[in-house]
Amino acid sequence: MRALLAVALLSAAMLGGGTARAAEEAAPVEADAKYGADWASWRASNDVADMPSVQRGARNFASYCMGCHSLKYEHWSRLGQDLSIPSALLIQDLLPPGDKTTDYILTSMPAADAANWFGKTPPDLSLMARARSRDYLYQFLTTFYVDPTRQTGANNLRLPVTAMPHVLSELEGLKAAVFRDVTKADGGHEQVFDHFEQLAPGRLTTAEYDGFVRDTVNFLDYVSDPSQTARRGLGLWVVLFLLVFTWLAWLVKREYWKDVH
Amino acid sequence: MVVHGAAAAAAPAKKGLWAWVNKRLPVSEFISEQLTGYYAPKNFNIWYFFGSLALVVLVLQLVTGIFLTMFYKPGELTSFDSVEFIMREVNYGWLIRYLHSTGASAFFIVVYLHMFRALLYGSYKAPRELLWLFGMAVYLALMAEAFMGYVLPWGNMSFWGAQVIVNLFGTIPALGPPLVEWIRGDYGIADATVNRFFALHVAAIPLALLLLVALHLVALRRTGSNNPDGIEIKEKLGADGKPLDGIPFHPYYTVKDVVGVGVFFVLFALIVFFVPTFGGLFLEAPNFEPANPLSTPEHIAPVWYFTPYYAILRAVPDQRLGALFMLLAVMSFLFLPWLDRSPVKSMRYRGWMSRTALALFTVSFVALGYLGLQPAEGLYVALARVFAVIYFLFFLLMPLYSSLDPVKPVPGRVTFHAH
Repeated sequence: MRALLAVALLSAAMLGGGTARAAEEAAPVEADAKYGADWASWRASNDVADMPSVQRGARNFASYCMGCHSLKYEHWSRLGQDLSIPSALLIQDLLPPGDKTTDYILTSMPAADAANWFGKTPPDLSLMARARSRDYLYQFLTTFYVDPTRQTGANNLRLPVTAMPHVLSELEGLKAAVFRDVTKADGGHEQVFDHFEQLAPGRLTTAEYDGFVRDTVNFLDYVSDPSQTARRGLGLWVVLFLLVFTWLAWLVKREYWKDVH
Repeated sequence: MVVHGAAAAAAPAKKGLWAWVNKRLPVSEFISEQLTGYYAPKNFNIWYFFGSLALVVLVLQLVTGIFLTMFYKPGELTSFDSVEFIMREVNYGWLIRYLHSTGASAFFIVVYLHMFRALLYGSYKAPRELLWLFGMAVYLALMAEAFMGYVLPWGNMSFWGAQVIVNLFGTIPALGPPLVEWIRGDYGIADATVNRFFALHVAAIPLALLLLVALHLVALRRTGSNNPDGIEIKEKLGADGKPLDGIPFHPYYTVKDVVGVGVFFVLFALIVFFVPTFGGLFLEAPNFEPANPLSTPEHIAPVWYFTPYYAILRAVPDQRLGALFMLLAVMSFLFLPWLDRSPVKSMRYRGWMSRTALALFTVSFVALGYLGLQPAEGLYVALARVFAVIYFLFFLLMPLYSSLDPVKPVPGRVTFHAH
């Protein structure tokens, strides 16, 4: 009886702890007095097995990224197949007019023009989640701030003096970065980022924008290694088979070695 | 059952296909001489799995490599894209590629443990000097094979890694600069380089590797295996002329090695299917960006299996001397049979001096491996210098400490506890 009570109490405590943690995560970011001070430790925490999230990410990509960025190693049909998007819906909602489902996902922006307009051609994003990491992408898309000294009017903490304009400002709104002056060991001064201040609201709340970015990163994670979900699924069976095989091999070995003295 | 199998192989039937084949090809003789009649010490422990595992990984690399060449297209403009084609469009191409890339690292893990076993039980000592030298030749060929294989995906780390390693040859006085150009086939790492590295990686070095592995095994058959006690089992023969402490390689060690292969593949599969990049150690993140001569990766580090030597290279302030010490670090292993003056082989019967030396060397090798992955600055370089000195002292002082070391008496028969 006593043990039962202890178990019940323990599970209640764990549940309570879990709820508290969930609440903490869901709390609006503005509540933090120094919003953004710890940006370098922000994690994408995405899950490629979360299909609706990857699908939303594909929608986000088609709406906001594809104008400049390609996914030159991915076919539209492969995307439709992996993300369980029916062909009709794929053509209607995602495919640029005139593209076929057998085409690669390419931007319609001419590379030469893009290089002229932005100073460099916007990179292909097929492998960006592997080359730079998912956390990098998440931090990049969440640390844009207003900077009048930049041609695009925007700067970024993750990738300072980025050539990319803050194309998602319509959704996120505008925020300023507040720097503080720090005296270095050698007596010199340095501007260190302190926190963000929201200047103008966007169409999305902070939490909604956070979800938007996570979905987009999740989609780019999928594109960087499209077979990863299938790989993990297959891997489980392979490892189970090998465990059984090894166990049987060990039984055979033990039997043979009985006559070694 | 076991005796029956051995007897059947030794006395081939007079009729039928088996007899027909054996009249023309010594299959039965080979089996009875090399497998059922080859006696191995019965006291092998866990360290003796890595030889057969190295052979298994070699076969795995050859087979997966053949499938990769069916789709890989060497060339400045095609290499990177063709690897992504394999990863995305070829049926189970991702599996073949991950098996091959993980296999490269697994090869070195297995070979390093195999070499450590030799250090632990004195397997390089007389009469196994040639066996050791062939093994070292396999190791050197493997390093060349791995380096050139790493350049083939033509990622940015492939490019810059090749740049750094090939330039090392440029430090050779007078001969260096033209030699580097000859290796690259161009004034920089370029199309010609990736094509010739492909030729060497898939044809020349694998052939050399197979030949060297064959010689390694032939030499092993001549001397027989060493064992954890470092005793020559051939010196204690039974009435039947067979070693008292030996058992036929087949079936005893074939069935035992299959268990080792099983355990190995469980761990291997866990990496291939769940963490194929192994946190950037087996496949480095910058290599998912195409080679770009205009953009240097933040810090260039070779794959983990070269980092002990890379740390030594960077620990020396002068680049030319650094390259020399790097070469010496690799080559030092060749001299072990003649540096070691201990009257006993196995660490089991050696004294505190040899044991301490080996422990310090092992720590240094692993530490240098870690430091080679870190940026070359401050404390990292200082530590690399300390460990590099210990690394070389292990070899330089070996004639001294191995002869002064108080050794224990070696038993006449191997230590074995039947299960």
